[in-house]
Amino acid sequence: MALAQRSRNASLLAGGTLVGLVVLAALVSFGWTPHDPLRVEATDRLLGPTGRYVFGTDRFGRDVASQLLVGARSTLYVGVVAVGLAALVGTPLGILAGMSRRWLGEFVMRANDLVLAFPALLLAIMFGAVFGAGTLTAMIAIGIATVPSFARIARSGTLQVMSTEYVLAARAAGRSPAFIARRHVLPNIAGLVIVQCSVSFAIAVLAEAALSFLGFGTRPPTPSWGRMLQESQELLAVEPRLALIPGIAIALAVLGFNLLGDGLRDRFDPRLEAYR
Amino acid sequence: MTAPSEPPAATQPLIEARDLERRYTRSRRRSVHALRGVSFEIAAGQRFGIVGESGSGKSTLVRLLAALDTPTAGSVSFRGNRIDGVAERGLRFLRSELQIVFQDPMGSLDPRMRVRDIIREPLGRTRRAEHTERVAELLEAVELPADSGQRYPHQFSGGQRQRISIARALAPRPSVLIADEPVSALDVSVRAQILDLLLDLVERLGLTLVFVSHDLNVVRYVCDEVAVMRHGEIVERGPIDRVYAEPAHPYTQQLLAAAPSLRAALARLEEGP
Repeated sequence: MALAQRSRNASLLAGGTLVGLVVLAALVSFGWTPHDPLRVEATDRLLGPTGRYVFGTDRFGRDVASQLLVGARSTLYVGVVAVGLAALVGTPLGILAGMSRRWLGEFVMRANDLVLAFPALLLAIMFGAVFGAGTLTAMIAIGIATVPSFARIARSGTLQVMSTEYVLAARAAGRSPAFIARRHVLPNIAGLVIVQCSVSFAIAVLAEAALSFLGFGTRPPTPSWGRMLQESQELLAVEPRLALIPGIAIALAVLGFNLLGDGLRDRFDPRLEAYR
Repeated sequence: MTAPSEPPAATQPLIEARDLERRYTRSRRRSVHALRGVSFEIAAGQRFGIVGESGSGKSTLVRLLAALDTPTAGSVSFRGNRIDGVAERGLRFLRSELQIVFQDPMGSLDPRMRVRDIIREPLGRTRRAEHTERVAELLEAVELPADSGQRYPHQFSGGQRQRISIARALAPRPSVLIADEPVSALDVSVRAQILDLLLDLVERLGLTLVFVSHDLNVVRYVCDEVAVMRHGEIVERGPIDRVYAEPAHPYTQQLLAAAPSLRAALARLEEGP
């Protein structure tokens, strides 16, 4: 028990720390960066880590550390917009599909399948072509493409909750479907949704990287970890550092959100209180 | 669907089921008959037992009596008013008059709600201050500590959770209590306590009790009238003492024989070869 408790606290702590670092980096970047992340310094190209440049410079002589700090903003922006949109639309849709009469639920889920069948990146590229390329457009597209995974998980959770005797008791007491959705379904599927958030956050961060490479994501010169990674590609053999630094940042952020999701799920579950 | 409601006569049954039938459609070809042609009346103040093994249609019947499901055919009336196929709006009277205590003491309580919120759930939108008072009253009635309201269901034992379930059912001051296998999931040592509590409350509050169980001995302890179900049909019905003493249907005899034979089998085991 003590071990389970410790590992649970550990994932919450580690996840919280990693995510906290990303948030901190983004916040700090608004007030201070070691150098101007956008300033091109022709004489300082491709410098290794030194006292002046902690993580060195890229091929345009821009400070990697400063780009990393400012890039954290894009990462959070991407995650919050895409995941927020997907969760806020997908979860209620899933609850609706799980609670409503057969045909309506079927209709919602088939519409869901339709969106799911559509490649997320293709949707993002189409959105970019129609509404203009940019981080926000790309993330709304990624968000829409992520709606089905939330709807699906919310629906399966809802179906499970709706089959319980406590919902039957609520119905026998004359409580409305809206009350049941709010007081019984939502709190009981919150854990599932939170875990889905962390997974989707990770996917959104990676999708942003891919879109940036294709020219449909964060537009230059705005720094983003995805773009830093893509820009480093040509120099991979010469300067692996330029790929490793943003790569590690992305990996740690993704790991952090996953650990945080796990930790939060356990924290929100009063049934596990006995182990705490 | 509105049926002409007759003036309440002295002899009018409180609950009346007529030719109830419930089919569950599995696929276009196959359907399962959970209930077929079930009819009975329950008078006010009666303690009516429904006995049958799992799969006999007991739980389906409970749902129909509580208007939580719609029969494929037949009708259910409560105080002379049809309650089958009626929109939820037309069932307000029933929702406070008839309450259910379920079998699973864990599954019937929302794990994420505090006990006080669980108990006051059926009270609806009346004043909050009154709720607090009522919850305290109910906790006392089911003999739970006064501070139980702050806690979550998982912090209680099975028997205590069933007490919470009973408190919730009594909250809206119902006249009918349906108990669906209320002690089947409990330790034998706790069963008698819960049964006694139920009986005591039924007596004190003048409730009509519908008691569902697979155990004829438990039903005999609680009820005055019994209906024996098998494969979705009632095979025998009558006063419990008569059915227990002279079971008419072979299935009832079989049910009665089952418990003692188990005891005999255990005794044989203990004797050894």
